[in-house]
Amino acid sequence: MKFVDEFRSNDYSKKLVEKLNNISSEKINIMEVCGTHTMAIFRYGIRDILPSNINLISGPGCPVCVTPQSYIDTALTLSQKKDVIIATFGDMMKVPGKKGTLSKKKAEGADVRIVYSPMDCLMMSSRNPFKKIVFLSVGFETTAPMTAVTAIEAKKDNIRNLFFFTAHKIVPPVIEALVQDKELKIDGFLLPGHVCAIIGTKPYEFLSADHNIPGVVTGFEPLDILQGLNTLVRLISKRDYRIKNEYKRIVKTEGNPYALEYLNKAFNIVDSSWRGIGRIPKSGLEFNGEYENFDALKHFKINYKDYDGSPGCKCGEILKGKIKPIDCLLFKKLCTPENPVGSCMVSSEGTCAAYYRYHKDIK
Amino acid sequence: MCLAVPGKILSLEGNKGIVEIGNMKREVFMHLVPEVAVNEYVLVHAGCAIQKVDEEEAKITLDIFKEILENEVC
Amino acid sequence: MIGTITLSHGSGGLQSNKLINEVFFKYFGNDILNQMNDAAQVDIDFARLAFTTDSFVVNPIFFNGGNIGKLAVCGTVNDLAVSGAKPLYITTAFIIEEGFSIEKLEEIVKSMAEEANEAGVKIVAGDTKVVEKGSVDGIFINTSGIGRIYDNVNINCANAQVGDVIIINGTLGDHGMTIMCERNKFIFEGNLKSDCVCLNSLVDTMIEAYDGIHVIRDATRGGVAAVLNEISEFSNVTIALEENNLPLKEEVKGVTEMLGLDPLYIANEGKFCAFVPGAYAEKVLNAMRKHPLGTDAVIIGKVTQELGQKVYLNTVIGGKRLVDMPSGIQLPRIC
Repeated sequence: MKFVDEFRSNDYSKKLVEKLNNISSEKINIMEVCGTHTMAIFRYGIRDILPSNINLISGPGCPVCVTPQSYIDTALTLSQKKDVIIATFGDMMKVPGKKGTLSKKKAEGADVRIVYSPMDCLMMSSRNPFKKIVFLSVGFETTAPMTAVTAIEAKKDNIRNLFFFTAHKIVPPVIEALVQDKELKIDGFLLPGHVCAIIGTKPYEFLSADHNIPGVVTGFEPLDILQGLNTLVRLISKRDYRIKNEYKRIVKTEGNPYALEYLNKAFNIVDSSWRGIGRIPKSGLEFNGEYENFDALKHFKINYKDYDGSPGCKCGEILKGKIKPIDCLLFKKLCTPENPVGSCMVSSEGTCAAYYRYHKDIK
Repeated sequence: MCLAVPGKILSLEGNKGIVEIGNMKREVFMHLVPEVAVNEYVLVHAGCAIQKVDEEEAKITLDIFKEILENEVC
Repeated sequence: MIGTITLSHGSGGLQSNKLINEVFFKYFGNDILNQMNDAAQVDIDFARLAFTTDSFVVNPIFFNGGNIGKLAVCGTVNDLAVSGAKPLYITTAFIIEEGFSIEKLEEIVKSMAEEANEAGVKIVAGDTKVVEKGSVDGIFINTSGIGRIYDNVNINCANAQVGDVIIINGTLGDHGMTIMCERNKFIFEGNLKSDCVCLNSLVDTMIEAYDGIHVIRDATRGGVAAVLNEISEFSNVTIALEENNLPLKEEVKGVTEMLGLDPLYIANEGKFCAFVPGAYAEKVLNAMRKHPLGTDAVIIGKVTQELGQKVYLNTVIGGKRLVDMPSGIQLPRIC
């Protein structure tokens, strides 16, 4: 596959690892924010070949992991309503709320369907004219423009039976909240390449300007990640606190202006609750006045209240990168992929799930 | 949060296009990349093209890797 | 025969007999079945018997590359074949939802007969039950089968040893991805096709080349990952896989990349993993590649000297990661 296979070459990766080993021997903490980075790093066994002085911390870049329990429970309530079809990405099916999971509700008879793309909801709406389709729109800036486009298309086609239960969040505010936390010691950030494809690199300049922390915009193929790490470790060792872009084939400094326009057209920025972290100002997206008729909460007259937390669950501290999954008492004992307590274990890209699957001693 | 794969544009019609990824074709929203043309590559995330692949930049990146490999001195 | 299945088709009377004669016997008929005894009566002249059963509930019932009936025959034939046995006789039991199309039933039965014929097995006993609407999802099928275990062959999942190489007979994930896309109506246009096929003649070719193969196990639910973890546990060995060697059709690669799935965990219906002592690997591999069902056969890994029961992957970039036992069903993701 073009633009994929070339970035998985064994020869190049060996050299990049060699280079990484020769930059610096000081202990450094690097946070990779994006859950897709967490998965890619584990998938290619990158941790196994990194020099031991580099500590990779997984951050809160998993939109499923940071979706509060109250969202899941409300989705479960919606699934029980007469003539409602819940359309969702596969990621959400096993996330535990206080009242169960979508997977269980489906087994009990609720009409819950997995979609690959929200555009499939448009077809679902026209094929099921007497049903109400509720799409669970989660995701960061990479995914939110698509919700906007779907809503705009639905409005254009006068589709009246499609609704969105939105929980879109945006990344820079949570990074800002993390670096304000004095207990966290992060020397540099591996920045999420596909979020940056939408928003560009400028929203991360505050790291450099206000906090003296460098960041490298990184892609998701193994060579991208190794190159991103090389550049970041070099910046850290030289005390060079810039934001650099190592994913130029996709990311432009200004991002994707068309996508940003769609976001502005459909959404307002609002305060948002992050599971395990708390409320972060101006970190979420909600439909604005023109599109609020698509909002499922408004249509079904649901008075939504945030709540969260399971006793003993350390997802919040894990999401912030303060502790590793093995430091949580529930990990692998009471909290497993088959019986997840927190969503770090449920989402296949959640830190705990990735650790459970891949992070065992294989040497 | 960002699983996306590059694909080749086979055809375009209005705001939609047919993109080929690994011998599979799929209709994709092209609203976010209005200035692309057939035979160009786009990054596809959940049925939506989110950015055009800059082939020139891709080549530059690969050339850098090639140079690193060829230079024995780091 | 036209129309739909009704409860009387399962009640043992005139309608049942009509269905049996005009659909089942029309395609399955053979010397044993036609005797219409309550049990098939066969003479056997061998000491070691392989005996298996499987139930099939796949949805969708018809998919690119086959249907539930074809799966039912191939699944049981393959379970016998990978046990080092020559498949001989199969039974089949149908549980059908009232309202099911007889035309569709006939298509299923016809393809079962074709597969059985191709594999050289006889369908010697059967049963049909019809249940009320909503009690089953269209049609469920069970097949059981017996085969004669070849002399001098000792294929057992506890037999894997250090020095064995692992051969797979072709590409990973074809069946599971076909089913997932069709079931969930993920619309991807292309040649995604189930690999459902009877493998007994391929296994015969392998045993002919070398009769000391240690393990053969078909990689159905849970994919290659499940099978190798099972063997790792039963044989108490460590298995190392080479990501560069894993064969994948471009179509499966494309769809698994788009949906965020790992082909090692996706079901197959025409693939097995064979553990062959290193010294004989090339001989077996060459024999496989000459067979039409083994042209893509390749060595994907080996049993290493390491202690412990684990399966790991040497990745394309020289890293290592564990390939754990799958947990739950594989779900597509956007993250």
